[in-house]
Amino acid sequence: MSETLHIDWTRCDGRGLCTELLPTLLDRDDWGYPLAKRATNGDRSNVAVRPAHSEAAREAVYLCPKMALSLANQVAGFGQ
Amino acid sequence: MDNALWAFGRVSGIISLVLFTGTVLVGVLARSGRPLLVVPRFSVTLIHRNIALLATAFLVLHVGSLMLDSYAKLNVTDVVVPFLGPFRPFWQGLGTVAFDLVLAVVVTSLLRHRIGPRTFRAVHWFTYAMWPIALAHAIGNGTNGTSRWFLLLAAGSAAVVVGALAWRVSANFLETAKTRQGGLL
Ligand code: SF4
Repeated sequence: MSETLHIDWTRCDGRGLCTELLPTLLDRDDWGYPLAKRATNGDRSNVAVRPAHSEAAREAVYLCPKMALSLANQVAGFGQ
Repeated sequence: MDNALWAFGRVSGIISLVLFTGTVLVGVLARSGRPLLVVPRFSVTLIHRNIALLATAFLVLHVGSLMLDSYAKLNVTDVVVPFLGPFRPFWQGLGTVAFDLVLAVVVTSLLRHRIGPRTFRAVHWFTYAMWPIALAHAIGNGTNGTSRWFLLLAAGSAAVVVGALAWRVSANFLETAKTRQGGLL
């Protein structure tokens, strides 16, 4: 089962911990903010996380200084 | 045994202060969003947390050993309520204030995912009050507080913390400061 990492850009301050922990999933823009490398339906704030990256994603959620990240189980779980 | 407790109480206080100085410095660095040479940002954050917890452990040992010591005879009230102690109540009270602030900062940090970023951040600001209060407590209350080597240590620590603060409030503090300023112009 794939998980989804949600970036709450209203909280994020672009400190770049998550882009270090998940370099294959996230890009960092010039202002420091993370962006999904592969957009799902044009949405770059919800990132599909395969099991191989699950632990790194959990660490990012835990360490994000702004508590701007969350993990959910299914892709369609957000923002209905 | 008593001598040992007394000596340990003093040494652990000094170690705790030095570790808290390190915590503040690494914390300011973490806040800037910059890595430390080859140390990545998430490690800087973990180092900040781990030094802080170590400093807190030494602080608990500092207070605990002086509670057991028959000379210092700290009691539970002294640990929580400032300025009531029999010996140099003002300077000891500063230690109590610093201890209470440390507890508040540590607890809100460990619970930060539950209490949310606002409370976490607001309480974390207490650190900037806690550190100078702890330093004043060490100088005013410590047996070695006014010896030359300790005053040198205190002056050196104060200099680096003030330096870190000056950097903290400077325009180029954030790693992305240049880009962000550019975006506004
Ligand atoms: S770790 Fe948090 S604050 Fe930093 S860039 Fe990622 S989401 Fe934003």
